[in-house]
Amino acid sequence: MRSNPADYELLAPATLKSILSILADEPGSWRPIAGGTDLMVQYAAGNLAARKLVSIWGLRELRHIDVLPDEVRIGAGSTYTDLRANAIIESEFPLLSTAASWTGGIANQNRGTIGGNIVNASPAADSLPALLVYEAELILVSVRGERRVPYVTFHTGYRQTRLAPDELVLAVCMRRRYSEYQAYARKVGPRNAQAISKVCIAALSRLAGGVVDDIRIAMGSVAPIPLRLKETETTIRGHRVDPALVSMAQQRAAAEIQPIDDIRSTARYRRAVAGNLVGEFLNRLGSGNAR
Amino acid sequence: MSTTTHQPQKSEISFTVNGQRATVHAHPMERLLDVLRQQVNLTGVKEGCGEGECGSCSILMNGVLVNSCLVPILQANDADIITIEGLASQDRLHVLQQAFLDCGGAQCGICTPGMILAAFHLLSKNPQPSREEIGEALSGNLCRCTGYTQIFESVAEAARRSTGR
Repeated sequence: MRSNPADYELLAPATLKSILSILADEPGSWRPIAGGTDLMVQYAAGNLAARKLVSIWGLRELRHIDVLPDEVRIGAGSTYTDLRANAIIESEFPLLSTAASWTGGIANQNRGTIGGNIVNASPAADSLPALLVYEAELILVSVRGERRVPYVTFHTGYRQTRLAPDELVLAVCMRRRYSEYQAYARKVGPRNAQAISKVCIAALSRLAGGVVDDIRIAMGSVAPIPLRLKETETTIRGHRVDPALVSMAQQRAAAEIQPIDDIRSTARYRRAVAGNLVGEFLNRLGSGNAR
Repeated sequence: MSTTTHQPQKSEISFTVNGQRATVHAHPMERLLDVLRQQVNLTGVKEGCGEGECGSCSILMNGVLVNSCLVPILQANDADIITIEGLASQDRLHVLQQAFLDCGGAQCGICTPGMILAAFHLLSKNPQPSREEIGEALSGNLCRCTGYTQIFESVAEAARRSTGR
């Protein structure tokens, strides 16, 4: 049933400082809302439990992409459109750019934000595996100050995060060190736009002398959280790509993920697809053309 | 029935829509879609799914395509909004509207305002899009009548007419 707007409060302070004060004064009472691509859907369905919202949309302090000498710092209020339009992200972090292009349609890309995607914490989010393989760090901010946390530690369980009730995600930081890596991204779903993935993958690898010198693989929709496949990586790292390795890695990936049956797919299908995606990535790597 | 302990007050919210200033009194979480339809009487903005999947409620807000069903009205304060009603100039249809008529791009009409605004947004950035670019630009707008071919052709035709090709 549709929500009654009179039951909800929404404030739109002009500065980050005022927003952080509101969050600090009544921790856990106020829910930040950016472009509304998740919360307004819950609201329309009568499922938005939070009755007090504070708008962070368009906030100057959150919406910028800073290219520093050794890292790129993406303000959490940057939209998917902002990500796609940034030349450095496109060239140095193509997995993020590609995932942004899969997210929703153009209208949702104009409103959905990277910070919102992180805090909404859906295991099916398309852009989150990219942040795992680039080993992103998050800057969290509150009236108590800022802290940096490795993104890989942020999701603690299904839709659970390390964000304190008075904190906001301020920025996502990625080190600029992936120019020698081959990148591979694929979404498996009914269509790219406006459809949630059955399985999505982001992967990076660097070869040295024919041997896989470094490898990172992450997937969405295969576990309660966006998952980095560390065991599969260990199976592959330090070896040459040959059919035996591919087969071993595929089995390891299928065993490492924890997929479920749901409205979009089945656990059995997801295991098969996860193995196939790892296989496709490694075979392309072997042929020198991961993208 | 409301379960809150006090009724939040309605706010006065002003924005520009199709070049004209509008001031409304609304609860801040009212959807821009509902305010445009019910208070500003712009019923060309259609509600399809109400959850950002179908694009029928697409409008331009500050030059950017958005789903108006997902915008709380407070976030539209001071915004510059364009709806389908703002595209035609007096009695002359916009080139996209004429192309949709000529190419059979509209059937039942529910998706059409959103389709045209998504196409308007595309052509404003990319006046000569490829077929693939048209498809991507309209990928958030669903049509259950046309099968899309006539819609894509309408946009391509409008691009040809606008650029004189």
